Amino acid sequence: MKTPIQLRLNGEEVAAFADDGANLLDVLRESFGDLTVKGGCWQGTCGTCTVLVGGNPRLSCVTLAESCSGNSVETVAGLRRGADLHPLQSAFMEHFAAQCGYCTPGMLMAAKALLDRNPNPTREDVVDAICGNICRCTGYEPIIAAILDAARKGARRSA
Amino acid sequence: MLEMRKDIFADERDDDLREVGRPTQRQDILGHVTGTSAYYDDHRFANLLHLKVLRSPHAHARIRSIDDAAASRAPGVKRIIRGADVPVNLNTLLSLIQFGKDDEPSLATDTVRYKGEPILAVVATSERAAREALELVRISYDSLPAVFDVEEALKPGAVPVNPAYPKNTFDYHGKYDHQKLRFGDVEAAFAKADMVLEERYQMSPIEHAPTETNGSIAVPDTNGRFTVYTSTQALFFSLDTSAKINAMPSNQLHFVGGTVGGGFGGKVDTLTEPLAILAARLTGAPVRYRLSRHEEMQFGSPRGAERIYIKDGLMRDGRIVARKVRAYFDSGAYTRLSSYAVVKCVAHIPGPYTIPNVHADVYCVFTNRTPATAMRGFGVTALDFALECQMDKGAVAIGMDPLEFRMLNAYRDGDMKAHRRVAKNCALIECAQVAAEKAQWPLREEFRRMSSRKGGGEARPEVVADRSRAPAPAGTPRSPASTPQRVAYDRPQVDAKPPPSPPRDVPSPAGAPPSGSTHGVRRFSSIFGTRRR
Repeated sequence: MKTPIQLRLNGEEVAAFADDGANLLDVLRESFGDLTVKGGCWQGTCGTCTVLVGGNPRLSCVTLAESCSGNSVETVAGLRRGADLHPLQSAFMEHFAAQCGYCTPGMLMAAKALLDRNPNPTREDVVDAICGNICRCTGYEPIIAAILDAARKGARRSA
Repeated sequence: MLEMRKDIFADERDDDLREVGRPTQRQDILGHVTGTSAYYDDHRFANLLHLKVLRSPHAHARIRSIDDAAASRAPGVKRIIRGADVPVNLNTLLSLIQFGKDDEPSLATDTVRYKGEPILAVVATSERAAREALELVRISYDSLPAVFDVEEALKPGAVPVNPAYPKNTFDYHGKYDHQKLRFGDVEAAFAKADMVLEERYQMSPIEHAPTETNGSIAVPDTNGRFTVYTSTQALFFSLDTSAKINAMPSNQLHFVGGTVGGGFGGKVDTLTEPLAILAARLTGAPVRYRLSRHEEMQFGSPRGAERIYIKDGLMRDGRIVARKVRAYFDSGAYTRLSSYAVVKCVAHIPGPYTIPNVHADVYCVFTNRTPATAMRGFGVTALDFALECQMDKGAVAIGMDPLEFRMLNAYRDGDMKAHRRVAKNCALIECAQVAAEKAQWPLREEFRRMSSRKGGGEARPEVVADRSRAPAPAGTPRSPASTPQRVAYDRPQVDAKPPPSPPRDVPSPAGAPPSGSTHGVRRFSSIFGTRRR
C-alpha cells in the first residue's frame, strides 16, 4: 500500500505517494530528492537527520512521514536564499565548524530552531539545543562558537 | 593557535612557513554547510537493489547447515549469495603488500569465529525486503568453545581461533610468533636499580562510530566495468582488495569516493565493496550495501584492545635505567591491521626516553572477538597511554616532578636509541619547557635551562641539588642513606606560588589544578589516589 504525503517543503508545496510506514528521512531523500538530509543511525540516537517540522527540530528517521502531512518541513536545502548563505552557514565556515560535514545539516537545523525561537542564546542554550546531535570530528567547540557568532551577527543585522 | 618557535627549531628549516599558524579553509566547506557534498549514498540509480547480510550470533561455532529456500522465494528477493559464490573467499587486507596469510572469508562457509561474522547475503528490491528475507534463513550451529582474552589465547591447550594461525599468534616472516626488541641487559639493570616499578595497563576496543556508516554502491557499466561509489578512506587499497576477492582485473573497477562522513581508521577495511560488486555482477543491477548503525558497532572493526605490562628500573636521582615491556594486541578473529600495529608499537618502545637497557616482546593475538583495525595512531596510542601513565607513576614513586622526570630522561641529540639509531632533531625538552611556561607549571632553573642539544650520547649531566632546601614531603619514598643526589626532587613547600586562575573560557580540568603547595605527590591524587610506593 502507498500513502499520500503532502508537505510544504522549504516553502514549496510538494506531494508524493510513500510506502506505508515510511519515515520522513526516506521520503525526503527518495520521494522528494532532498539529499541534504543525512541518515546516521536510523534509530533516533545521533541527530544527523534533524529537520524542522512546523518549526520544531525532529529526528526524521523516527518520524512517520504521514504524520507530517499538511505540515511545513524545513531542511538545509531551504536555508540559503539564492546566492546568499544563511548567517549560520557563514558562521560554520568562518569557525571551521565542519570537518567531514556529515553531521552538519542536522547541526544547522538544530541551531536554526534555536535561533528562530531565541535570537540571543547563551552558551548553555546552544549546548542544550545541539545536545542530541553527535559530531565525531570537531569536538563541538567550533560549532558552539559558530552558533553564538551567528546569533550575534543576526542580532546586529536586525537591530 | 599553532606557532613555530624559530628559536627552538632554528636549524630545522629556513623557509618561511606559509601555512602553520594560519587558518586555511577546507576546499569542501561550502558543500558541507549547504548539504550538497555528495557522499557515496547521495548518488541515485534506477532499479537500485539492496544487500543485507546474515551475521553469526555466536562467537565461535561450526555451521552444520544453511537453509535459505524460504528466503530465496520471499517477495522482492533477487539473489542469495553464499560463500561458494565468492570467487576468492579468503583474503587478508595486507596481502596486497605480501604481509600475512589469507585467513578471512567474505562469507563464512563452515565455521564462524566472531559474533557478527557474515555468513550469507540477500539482495532484494528494498532494504526491508532483504531484512525480512533474512528472517527466513535457517542455520544450525554446533557451538564451539571461544576465547576472549589475549593471555588465555596463548596458554597451552587454548582454543585455536583461526586455522591460518594455529598458535593464535600472527606469524612474522614465517618464523616469529611475536616482535622483539633487545638493547642492553634489563635484568642486570633491575638488580642494580634503586626501585623497580611494574604495572599492567589495559585498553578496551574503541569503535570509531563515524556518523556515516560504512557502505558502497556498485553499478554495472555498459562496458563490462563496475563503478563503485564508496565511503572508503583507502580508495585504491579497497579497489585492489575488491579486484582480488572478485578475481577480476583491477581495470574493470572504477572507484569514486573521497567525501567520507568520518572515518578515523574505521573505513580502511573494505568491508562492503567486494560483496556489493559481486551482487551487481550476479544481478546485473546497481547494488547498495550499507551498514546499519548496529552493524557498524558490532561488525565494523574497532581499535584493538591492548594489554601492556611495563617494568621499569629507576634510580633515586630520577634516571630510568631499564624498561621491560610485554604487550598483547587483540587482533580479534582475523588479521586486519593489528599485525602491522605491533610493528609500530615495537618501533615506539620505550617512548621518547633514553634508557640504556630495553627489552620488549609484543604479540599479535587471535581471539573470538570482532577483528580490530586502524584507528588514529593505532599501535602507538595505547602504548603511549601506558608509557605516560608509567612515567607519572615513576615520578610519584621517586618523588620527582613528573615533567622534570620526563625532561631528565628525554631523548637528546646524539643519544643511542634502543633501536640502535642515533637520536637527532630532538625537542621534547623544549616542548616541555614551552608547555610548562604556558601552563605556568613551575620548573626549576636547571630544567628551564636544559637543552636537547646538550648532554646527548653520554651519561645524563649532573643536575645539582640545592641542599639548603627542605626535605621532601612526608611519604616520599626516599632512603635517608641516599647521599649522592643528582636531582633535587625535594622541592621545598615554601617555594609554592598560588595556582594561576585558569582563563575563563577554558573548562577546568577534572581534579585539582596544578598547585605549588601540593607539588610532587599529592596533586596527582585524582589519578593515583593516595597510593605511595
